[in-house]
Amino acid sequence: MGYIAVYLTREEERILEGEKGEAKALAMELLVAIGDVYEAPRMIKVRSAQISGVSYKTIGEPGVGFLKDFSSGGAVATIKAMLNPAGMDLARWRELGVPEEFAQKQLEIIQCFNKMKIEPTCTCIPYYADSAPVKGEHVAWAESSAVVFANSVLEAYTNREGGPTALASSILGLSPLYGMHLDEQRIPTHHVKLKCKLNNDLDYSLLGYWIGESLGSNLPRIDGLQEAPSYDRLKALSASMAASGSVPMFSIRKKADRNREYETVSVDREELLRVNRALSSEREFEHICLGCPHLSLEELKLIANLVSGRKTAKRLWCFTSRHLRNVAEQRGYVGAIEQAGGKVVCDTCMVVSPIREMGVGGLLTNSCKAAHYLRSLSRIETRLESLEECTRYALS
Amino acid sequence: MPSPRLRMNGRKVVGGPGAGEAIVSKEAISFFGGVDPRNGVVIESGHDLEGRSIQGKVLVFPRGKGSTVGSYVIYGLRKYGAAPVAIVNIETEPIIIGGCVLAKIPLVDRLDRNPVEVIQTGDWVEVEGDIGRVWVTKR
Repeated sequence: MGYIAVYLTREEERILEGEKGEAKALAMELLVAIGDVYEAPRMIKVRSAQISGVSYKTIGEPGVGFLKDFSSGGAVATIKAMLNPAGMDLARWRELGVPEEFAQKQLEIIQCFNKMKIEPTCTCIPYYADSAPVKGEHVAWAESSAVVFANSVLEAYTNREGGPTALASSILGLSPLYGMHLDEQRIPTHHVKLKCKLNNDLDYSLLGYWIGESLGSNLPRIDGLQEAPSYDRLKALSASMAASGSVPMFSIRKKADRNREYETVSVDREELLRVNRALSSEREFEHICLGCPHLSLEELKLIANLVSGRKTAKRLWCFTSRHLRNVAEQRGYVGAIEQAGGKVVCDTCMVVSPIREMGVGGLLTNSCKAAHYLRSLSRIETRLESLEECTRYALS
Repeated sequence: MPSPRLRMNGRKVVGGPGAGEAIVSKEAISFFGGVDPRNGVVIESGHDLEGRSIQGKVLVFPRGKGSTVGSYVIYGLRKYGAAPVAIVNIETEPIIIGGCVLAKIPLVDRLDRNPVEVIQTGDWVEVEGDIGRVWVTKR
């Protein structure tokens, strides 16, 4: 008894009471319920929302039913609103073997979002576009890897939203003020002492996976990185700690607070190899899938340079956003990869597409996150190698 | 002699009234992949409610787990007429909150006694969502 409800302005109360329509009232009711439970004192304005639950593979009929009902209520996004990857390349799905029935459902989903004026960006790396939040900005993002990246690398503020809450935030431009929106909740709780050198993108992915497994939803401060890692490596690190655990943020730059007791955990090469073994099946693969999270321009360039003028012996699928694919096309990377026999696929990835129905039984990848979900949700065998090794394998 | 009615006080999360027979689980529930939205049957392999339907019941369990798509599954249950009439959690979380708001299912948590211990499957349970109160009549 005696719980304090979230404070609402007069304007917010009017929305809750239905003066701005039923859909807005429902969105407000959801944010208020979350705010009450997490004892948020009030709502905070957010600059952008990034919405998960876009692929028909993940939301199925219940999701389609909800989005159809909700989008017909007339509510539209009032802030920058973006989507997570869909279940297929929205333009080239036929060529990639996506079943007709799946495609129709997926297009219905996209139409619902269009109706709500939410951009079909369909990417898990919205921060590699002009929509990246700046330091100190509050946003409501749902893609778990982007949440970690935004909090840790960009120093923006976001909770790990779900599809429904991010959708509600996109319409209201608000989020309850709790959790990762508060500075006092963003202080590291654990020290992770790294006892080995990280050599490539895969090593960062493995470290992230180990951190998520070991720390659950705690906040690590990572000690012992030899150099300032690139955005691409931090992207890999972010994604895997949010897949094996629900870590919302890490830090590598912040100095330790001497007045605080930290629990310290150590990780060495042996531990990283153990993670790799747990996600790898020792067999040969016909498919190589890269781009979980979506590939950056730098990564597409690296792949293009490796395959340029050669022919792939296996099927190489490179997943990225439509925006980055367009830029990569202008720079010749897409041409180089596709002339070699690979494909640069956008709007989707190997995790949220109906990959089994597309004829894939197992695949080589550089992503612990992809391996985690493919093994558990789709029962697809995987093996892990670095981006470069994966690309060379496709040529062999 | 009529059975005594036991009162428990907790936290309102989603308002509204709901009364029905209890179905109680000691395990967290993932609605996404764990419950069939068309008939309300729990399909998660090895779950203590596997094969049982939650349709028309007061569903009592510790908390939600899994994907946030679970909220849409709860909404789907309502659409197919297979939803529980109320939900009681030990400590709820955003997936269940989202589902209950969208599907207009009363939701109460943080009761003064552990609901998964006190309430048994088959008990008659009345939930007053607006004030976070739960009444239990033992079977």
